[in-house]
Amino acid sequence: MAFLNSSVLWEETLPGSSTWSHILKRGTALRLEALEDNCNVGALLLNADNFSERLNLPDTLKAQHIARLTTGAVLYSDMARILCSITDDTLGWHDPLGGCSDRKLVEKRYGASTYQAARNHWHQNAFDGFLIELEKYGLNSRDLMMNINFFSKVEVHDDGSMHFIPNHSKAGSAVELRAEMNTLIILNTCQHPMDPEPVYAQRPVKLTLKKVEAPGPDDICRTSRPENARGFTLTERYFL
Amino acid sequence: MPEKIIKTSPRLPEDAIVSVTVDAGDPFVHEISAGQYVRIVDLEGNQAVDTLFYNAHNYADRYSAQDTIREQQNIYLTTGTKLISTERNVLLTIVADTCGRHDTLGGACSCESNMVRYAIEKRSMHACRQTFLKGAMDWSQHTGHSLDKRDLTANINFFMNVPVTPTGQLTFADGVSEAGKYVELRAEMDTLLAISNCPQLNNPCNAYNPTPIQVLIWNADKADKSIHV
Repeated sequence: MAFLNSSVLWEETLPGSSTWSHILKRGTALRLEALEDNCNVGALLLNADNFSERLNLPDTLKAQHIARLTTGAVLYSDMARILCSITDDTLGWHDPLGGCSDRKLVEKRYGASTYQAARNHWHQNAFDGFLIELEKYGLNSRDLMMNINFFSKVEVHDDGSMHFIPNHSKAGSAVELRAEMNTLIILNTCQHPMDPEPVYAQRPVKLTLKKVEAPGPDDICRTSRPENARGFTLTERYFL
Repeated sequence: MPEKIIKTSPRLPEDAIVSVTVDAGDPFVHEISAGQYVRIVDLEGNQAVDTLFYNAHNYADRYSAQDTIREQQNIYLTTGTKLISTERNVLLTIVADTCGRHDTLGGACSCESNMVRYAIEKRSMHACRQTFLKGAMDWSQHTGHSLDKRDLTANINFFMNVPVTPTGQLTFADGVSEAGKYVELRAEMDTLLAISNCPQLNNPCNAYNPTPIQVLIWNADKADKSIHV
């Protein structure tokens, strides 16, 4: 969906194996664009005005009867408000199930590699990246939550088995999040923990911050389900 | 759908050191030691039992739904499932299960999410997160160990059926449990257990009729000690 009246505030490139955070203001949007094939962007979201309220993926999935994220879906907090909504997506599936990599998993899959030996090509993991970034806001491991993995796909078969789908995202794939609340978003570009690729890869994404219009009555996320219409009502009341 | 694995337990109710009935809408918070067994019995059938686990010595290290399902590459919990913590420790193992399948993606109901899911007027109906908050507050007051809203993370729903399809749909289906079915876990570490016996009346997770459960705890048996040196 093109925002006719949107204006770009700034753009930057987030390298692979990196962590980034920003307080997205209500009325702005963040566009993530993969700059290479097979990118992955882990994400945590919290209400910047009250950190005890944060992304709740179980509530997000059950309210919308989904196990994947794409255009029209919204990201609910544990207080039933919408932190961000997904207003545009070229890919059709972003993963809410796989979680994040940790030091042991990265060492086992790719081998250990220290900063001393490899400088900024050392092998990092998403768990430590998230924790370090949380600390910058006075938060810690008690504030971790189930994370999203943008640009990745994990399919669930009828027997419950989980399958990482390789080669899901391509360079140019993009997803756009409109902030419906002031949202602390923490992103990490380490590889997906279920990605079987044996090679450690650092894949960058482009971040575009925009000013956007408030969602109108016909907004695709508001109208996608009656649950979301109520979610928008509750979010709008929060700012009255 | 493949056949579910049904495994019964050799432990007898009369040997249990704890046996309590928890009514729907009530919390149950209790510490169990490494090696002990805890059994949750669905007394009347189709009752969702929302459950959280913590490392008893560090509540920041707690049950992690994503790590648990990724480690076993399957979203359903049953016999053999290791419950993994955020620090990637094994908190408990499911050692017996006569239901065959339990959910960990559906989360716990709350007054707030009921407003989104059903109607804004539903806000005042009882919900699991009210129960968890009450249980956490009482536990903190009783023990002096801080347990609060930040610690209420994605939980397990024992006896609940939340199928996911290959096209990425998620639904709440009729319960797969029946009266007398149970799930039993062995604590691999000293663990804090927090249960909310679900009061939800708006969907079939409790067959629209929330009912009591029984929680039984057994000490480690001698055979286990020789296995887990």
